[in-house]
Amino acid sequence: MQTNGTTPLVEMRNISIAFGGIKAVDGVSVDLRPGEVVGLLGHNGAGKSTLIKILSGAYKPDAGEIYVNGAHADISTPRDAKRYGIETIYQTLALADNIDAAGNIFLGREVLTPYGTLDDATMEAETRNVMARLNPHFRRFKEPVKALSGGQRQSVAIARAIYFNARVLIMDEPTAALGPAETQQVADLVLQLKKEGIGIFLISHDIHDVFGLADRVSVMKNGKLVGSANVQDVTQDEVLGMIILGKCPPGATPGPGAS
Amino acid sequence: MTAPVASTAPPPSAASGSLLSKLEIDVRMLGMLAALAVIWIGFDLLSGGVFLTPRNLWNLSVQTASVAIMATGMVLVIVTRNIDLSVGAILGVTGMIIGVAQVQWLPAYLGLEHWLTAPLAVLIAVTVGGLIGLFQGWLIAYLGIPSFIVTLGGLLVWRGAAWWVTAGQTIAPMDTRFKAFGGGVEGALGATVTWVIAALACGLIVIALGFARRRRLRFGFPVRPGWADAVIAVVACVAVLGAAAIVNAYPLPAGTARRWAEANGIAWPEGGLFIPHGVALPVLIAVVVGLIMTFIATRRRFGRYVFAIGGNPEAAELSGINTRWTLMKVFGLMGLLCGISACISTARLNAATNAAGSLDELYVIASAVIGGTSLAGGIGTIAGAMLGALVMQSLQSGMVLLGVDTPLQNIVVGAVLVLAVWVDSLYRRRIK
Repeated sequence: MQTNGTTPLVEMRNISIAFGGIKAVDGVSVDLRPGEVVGLLGHNGAGKSTLIKILSGAYKPDAGEIYVNGAHADISTPRDAKRYGIETIYQTLALADNIDAAGNIFLGREVLTPYGTLDDATMEAETRNVMARLNPHFRRFKEPVKALSGGQRQSVAIARAIYFNARVLIMDEPTAALGPAETQQVADLVLQLKKEGIGIFLISHDIHDVFGLADRVSVMKNGKLVGSANVQDVTQDEVLGMIILGKCPPGATPGPGAS
Repeated sequence: MTAPVASTAPPPSAASGSLLSKLEIDVRMLGMLAALAVIWIGFDLLSGGVFLTPRNLWNLSVQTASVAIMATGMVLVIVTRNIDLSVGAILGVTGMIIGVAQVQWLPAYLGLEHWLTAPLAVLIAVTVGGLIGLFQGWLIAYLGIPSFIVTLGGLLVWRGAAWWVTAGQTIAPMDTRFKAFGGGVEGALGATVTWVIAALACGLIVIALGFARRRRLRFGFPVRPGWADAVIAVVACVAVLGAAAIVNAYPLPAGTARRWAEANGIAWPEGGLFIPHGVALPVLIAVVVGLIMTFIATRRRFGRYVFAIGGNPEAAELSGINTRWTLMKVFGLMGLLCGISACISTARLNAATNAAGSLDELYVIASAVIGGTSLAGGIGTIAGAMLGALVMQSLQSGMVLLGVDTPLQNIVVGAVLVLAVWVDSLYRRRIK
């Protein structure tokens, strides 16, 4: 694909999964290098979210392998994925609405006191630190996240993903529910994380979003990979053609789904 | 990013705000206490001053214990968006088993009235109850059968099993030491013990408040004003000491007191002897269970997971929480609490009958719901549910005191349940 010499941070090879006879993902291969943003594009139902849910451990693939830093990785639960430093910001945000920000950020990875009880004070202090970086105006630390605005909820979800030193970040439609200012904030964050050497999968159906941020794009259609390309090598219209028609332009590497 | 530094200065707590928000008191809980006060004063007026007597309040506390204990577990069950309709039946079958155990099985090895009989009976009760609960939890969590169905089946199965243990025979009487679990004269702990417990409780309240405050100050978080903490401490301690004074103002009946005096070689004075009941053992157990369950629900990882599952099951799963095992444990805990309640109601009746705990599932669920547990999941407090149990029991025994017919009692309790939930939903909509 690319002539960059580094080992991919993550490589998904020939991943397939079927739900009740329908192949939601069919032989898809994608990879991601340190400090790289890869945009995953496609229509609703093209299989993007399913593919990344396999990487984040929510689904178990029927076939195919995942490699992390060149070594075979066995990911069958969300906990496994997190152990490999793979963090996900889901489109639905996956927040427990009745719990406060700190509770959500540390959910499943609580800090405990020496007596085995929840160390809420430490978790709140850490939350105040990480939120000061992401959303300096955030003040509602004691309220359940149900009471927060869309942007605030989004920053809680992002904080949860980056707090634990993620190496791979999956962002599923991160700006779908946000206003222009908040969208810009997310874009700034993506660039900052990229500088820190974190690899990012950016899932979106908004092609402009992706072209502004991504180094490469991979396009899926009907569960198959149409092709991958560096964003400099293709035009937005050509990528649109990949999404809609499954037509692979000369600047892109065709996949099994190219017509 | 991992350095625990309070680098960002916390904002000063909002300068404005009502008295209640300064005290950080749950308004809902305050509303329930007000409702309880209205019920108590109302019944007292209607009954000509019989309701608010040490004797009636003592009995009320003992009558509430069994349902209150089960209600603490029901909160967690309902918080996970499930229901348990089988608690009364589990109580029934467990009660039968420990009845037979202390009347037939254990005496065969230990002899009658052995000191080990009571502890072993309790151990059997919590084990059997816990295992039944875990089994139902396994069916619900791992086989994916809806909890409504599993526990509806359980209601019939365990009630039938309760009959099966002795083919319907009632087992009586219970071991003398075991009877203490039911309250009554055997289970009244006396004045001295009551004052000691009350003093310890006051000490713990003050220490806990101070500890929480120091911890927040160390991290530089906003704390409520010092006078607010002091007010809370004083109110809590007055409540504890007041309760102790009330239960100590209820003397043992003259006949029992005389027997006690004779047994202890004390001369029976002319005007009789004032020997206070003190707190009843089942009530003490209920309070301790409530504290432990609150600790589990709010301070332990397990409790956090239970609430996360109730708030968003998918998010809990994606966070790497073992949601199935957590759910199974919730039902196991529910069964274990049924075992404790089985000890209390069996001891109180001084007999094991296969009808024990009939309809308790409805009272337990109603207590949890009146206490602010949301059937949609994710919301509920242990203290609220126990208060709910007290409200239900107050209504019932108040009506008994007034000589209201049983059918009318049921009508009132049912109507109050619906009314309470309606008021609660109005309140929630308003604060949103």
